[in-house]
Amino acid sequence: MNFSFNATPSNGPSPKVAVVLLDHRLTIRSIAPDPRTATLERASKHLGITPPAGLDVADVIHLRASLDDDGRDRLEHLLVDPLLQRATWDAPDGDGIEITLLPGVTDTAGAAVVTAARRLGIAVDSATVGKRLDMTEPAATRQVAEFVERVVANPVVERWVVGPATPPLDRPAEVRHRASVVPIRALDDAALATLSVERGLALDPAELEVIRAHFASEGRDPTDVELETLAQTWSEHCAHKTFRARITVTDPSGAPLDERSSLLGTLRSCTDDIAAPFVRSAFVGNAGVIGFAGATTYALKAETHNHPSAIEPFGGANTGVGGVIRDVLGMAHEPIAVTDILCFGPADTDPAGVPAGTLHPARIIEGVIDGVADYGNKIGLPTVAGAVWFDPAYTTNPLVFAGCIGRSDTWRPPEAPQPGDRVVVLGGRTGRDGVRGATFSSATMDATTGSVAGASVQIGDPITEKLLIDALVGAEHLYRAITDCGAGGLSSAVGEMAEGVGADVDLDRVPLKYPGLEPWEIWLSEAQERMVVAVPVDTVGELLTRCVASGVEYTDIGAFTGDGRLVVRAGGDVVVDLDTGFLHDGRPTRHMTAVLPEPDRTPRSRHVDDPAAVLLELLAHPNLRSRADVVHRYDHEIRGATIVRPLIGCARDAPADGVALVDPEERHGIAIGIGLNPLHGLHDPEWMAWAATDEAIRNVVAVGADPDRVALLDNFSFGDPRRPSTMGDLVAAVDGCTAAARAFGAPFVSGKDSLNNEYTGPDGRRHAVPPTLVITAVAHVDDVDHLLTPEPGGPDEVLVLIGRTRPEFAGSHLDVLYPEGVPAEGPGSAPGPDPDAPARYRRLHAAIRAGLVTGCHDLAEGGLAVAVAEMCVAGRLGARLDSLAHPDPMTGLFAESTGRLLVTVRAEHLTDLLVNLGDEATVIGRTTAEPVLDLAGIARVPLEDLVRAHTGDRR
Amino acid sequence: MSAVRALVITGPGTNRDPDMSLALRLAGAEPRTVRVDELVAGDSLLESAALAVVAGGFSHGDAHGAGRLLALELEVGLGHRLADFVDAGGMLLGVCNGFQVLTRAGLLPGALGHNDAGRFICDWVELDAVADSVCCWTAGLTATVHCPIAHGEGRYVHPDPAALAADGRVALRYAGANPNGSVDAIAGVSDATGRILGLMPHPENHVLPRQHPRRRHVDAERHLGLHIIANGVRHARR
Repeated sequence: MNFSFNATPSNGPSPKVAVVLLDHRLTIRSIAPDPRTATLERASKHLGITPPAGLDVADVIHLRASLDDDGRDRLEHLLVDPLLQRATWDAPDGDGIEITLLPGVTDTAGAAVVTAARRLGIAVDSATVGKRLDMTEPAATRQVAEFVERVVANPVVERWVVGPATPPLDRPAEVRHRASVVPIRALDDAALATLSVERGLALDPAELEVIRAHFASEGRDPTDVELETLAQTWSEHCAHKTFRARITVTDPSGAPLDERSSLLGTLRSCTDDIAAPFVRSAFVGNAGVIGFAGATTYALKAETHNHPSAIEPFGGANTGVGGVIRDVLGMAHEPIAVTDILCFGPADTDPAGVPAGTLHPARIIEGVIDGVADYGNKIGLPTVAGAVWFDPAYTTNPLVFAGCIGRSDTWRPPEAPQPGDRVVVLGGRTGRDGVRGATFSSATMDATTGSVAGASVQIGDPITEKLLIDALVGAEHLYRAITDCGAGGLSSAVGEMAEGVGADVDLDRVPLKYPGLEPWEIWLSEAQERMVVAVPVDTVGELLTRCVASGVEYTDIGAFTGDGRLVVRAGGDVVVDLDTGFLHDGRPTRHMTAVLPEPDRTPRSRHVDDPAAVLLELLAHPNLRSRADVVHRYDHEIRGATIVRPLIGCARDAPADGVALVDPEERHGIAIGIGLNPLHGLHDPEWMAWAATDEAIRNVVAVGADPDRVALLDNFSFGDPRRPSTMGDLVAAVDGCTAAARAFGAPFVSGKDSLNNEYTGPDGRRHAVPPTLVITAVAHVDDVDHLLTPEPGGPDEVLVLIGRTRPEFAGSHLDVLYPEGVPAEGPGSAPGPDPDAPARYRRLHAAIRAGLVTGCHDLAEGGLAVAVAEMCVAGRLGARLDSLAHPDPMTGLFAESTGRLLVTVRAEHLTDLLVNLGDEATVIGRTTAEPVLDLAGIARVPLEDLVRAHTGDRR
Repeated sequence: MSAVRALVITGPGTNRDPDMSLALRLAGAEPRTVRVDELVAGDSLLESAALAVVAGGFSHGDAHGAGRLLALELEVGLGHRLADFVDAGGMLLGVCNGFQVLTRAGLLPGALGHNDAGRFICDWVELDAVADSVCCWTAGLTATVHCPIAHGEGRYVHPDPAALAADGRVALRYAGANPNGSVDAIAGVSDATGRILGLMPHPENHVLPRQHPRRRHVDAERHLGLHIIANGVRHARR
């Protein structure tokens, strides 16, 4: 097809010279095998799918341009490296599958071609980038369809065809939609409920009634934009209705025990009571702020991006990272590190067992990890701490937690926007991506979610966000207030900033990626990489200049007004005119019922026939084995501050407990630890939460941080809280983690809950995730020289176990491997709180500061046996244990009691160390040059076997 | 003795420029970070410096191959100025994305393809300086250099690596494991003058012994990546 640009109608005035634009395609193939081909073949194998014969991936660049031979040559010189690639302008012959983006989907690579071509003076009107998969022979249509849809393309953002693709170069028609009025005053309760479902509002009946009454009192009906604004602002995702709900707590028989004003109140009062001097801002704005030393502050935040990652793993995880980085930027801090905690179904899940509408875990794992790596690596932040956890319960509802830490040396608590300040949008353009994300993530999922929620997927562009960071870091004096455009898009960002003061904005000014958006779509779009700032009139010029220099788009969309009303205009009409008081405080408080769990807390041991075999199986379990295959895909070195890395030891394949960041020009810094044990949560949510908090703190202590300067983040991912037992689990978990926080004097400064992590199968059965609480600990490191890893200093050092061991096996990995070994009476107690742990950690810290400890490792999944084996793997040395510190050897080896650490010490420092640690320290053995782990005569395991089990290395 | 004036050149998406600036400062230079457009607009900005580095990162998001669009900006914007800068005695370094840019811009031989594992890799490597290389940046280095790599497209490709080595233009090789499948384990190459070095690993991320992952077990000082950068600064001073 062709189409002329600047062409004038035949009966018009004298025509300008028309540039004839034609469609061209450049197919680029790698000379060496393209690594993407192997990736696709690997993914097919995971899923038991046969890929088409002779598969080979190529890139296809579709251009609409006026192009002569010279132009083609110059473009080819730009786009093709003759040492690496071969290219052709010819239409393909032979069989192939071609994939292109759907029209309207963000195409940064295509935009880059246009920009580059114009620099070369070549008239390219538009370009889009696709892929071609060559095949050596035609495959059956069904085989191709299965391969493409399950392995290659994602129908949410891409389309595919066998044979040459028609590129999505046609621009959507120039249509400006108008807002429509939704006559809700005339609707009865049933019709209101239907409206909520049809529009995906995810509002409760009580909330719908309040909205109807509000507009009845105003004597008018809302526009669709107003209704959507309320649905976003009042969504679970934005309003945390469950954490703010009044709760009636009952025992398992239903007898009322307690009335709670709110779970958020419980967390906040815990922080208030601890009154830690280093907390600068807690539970306000986008992130918590702490300051351990001098003027330096750190902003901390962890977020979930579960539902988007379930339907589009790469994009979901990618934008999860991008979003949490903006949260930190929205607290006027420079992002310095990223964390990620990922919960997946097992990679080897039988494809037949994966429910309809759900992606196979292998695809989710690959996509999510690539998505995290892509964003963090490209934006230039080290991805440091993390965890990867596998359990069948996450097959239909994976969990993706992304965290970010920021730093400032000039931070002041944020101000509110003042009347007259400009409302300025910075960064990316607005498209239809991610529309209704907040309400989508607040609902449970089923087989249709992938197609229905297609538009909820967001597309990340880390380079645009990098430029935003470049522009905003150091510009803190040029704006009065800042927030990121996250869930709910502009409706949430402008709506929150306008609270009390009011704002008047015009959607016609919002720069769009393509035309055709309805006003409510512009207002709600969750297009990424956008920040909203309130700019005093006198600094507008300076901020604009700075943005232009950094390559950041700057758009003034209106002003803060002072009248307390949120006014939004589109096409000359007022499409929103809401009282911000009603918007933010009009929502009726939820009242929920929680039935507390009744955990069995009886100590019960286990019997194991072959401890050596069990140890090797534990080391090889997906939750315990080396993370080298994941962690080496993340850049954890950039900025040069990562002193303790996530993988440690001789071969950088053994796990660190915490990680530590110390700026190269400073001696003090921070350590980061993660606590997570959802299996404990299945048995005892309260103790699970205590243990997760203890684990996060223990991890930072193990790396050498100060146990008296620890701040915490909470991230709850639970099922549907309207089920009283799930709500009861949640109440128990909040009680557990706040009790631990009080015991350790470690305040929560920020948190996020993600509820409704459930999937309803075609059979109508609901699959909820286990009660999952991720605790992130960030602690002060006083001196870089005190930092430790689990690698022993060398052979012939003494191994000292610190803490108390009890027969606590419920939720242990021993039970995961040997469910038949669980006693008939029940699994007994999950690992419980140890009230002496805080004092113990202080004594250990003093010993570390005194230089008495050479290596330190916390005891977690798999207990002492796994901890000592991991230290052997780290140092590639052996160990001989003489004692297991518990009369029952299996408890000594495999119990997962909290509050324990294993340290190595040089023989000449042993006495000093034991004096420091008191009677909770037990000498249990030595490290050895002989490459064998001897478990107190019960088992002898060669180092080589430990390494092979842990790393999967078959060499 | 006045400090060596050094430029750290960036494009949109360059992200290791602060790391390189620190390394240059520790090596005794006076670094200034400049965007390509500033460099193009500034008449004698490049010419007033003695040393320039194209820093690592993902310029333009690696669209259409790593370094391509930034190389285009340098070629279109600077023309011969970069080559003239080197001819006049200037020292030029390209690290990671900067190496990719310099090969694309035709200032260094060869090209960088996808890692043979098909994935981005971040890990520590050991580098041997090639003894008979013409490269000024690596001249006289005897101990192996330890530093991280962090790249997805770092597999060095050259049609005739033996000829390249015979010309003394192979500057650095991976000692031990070859992390990305580079031909002849080549980690860094030089131009004919010896004043341009391009390498995939990040010497700027090992400028202090504390940055070594096994600082408690290894004499990290001997193996600093800083030694390469300090060598370049010394040559620039001449």
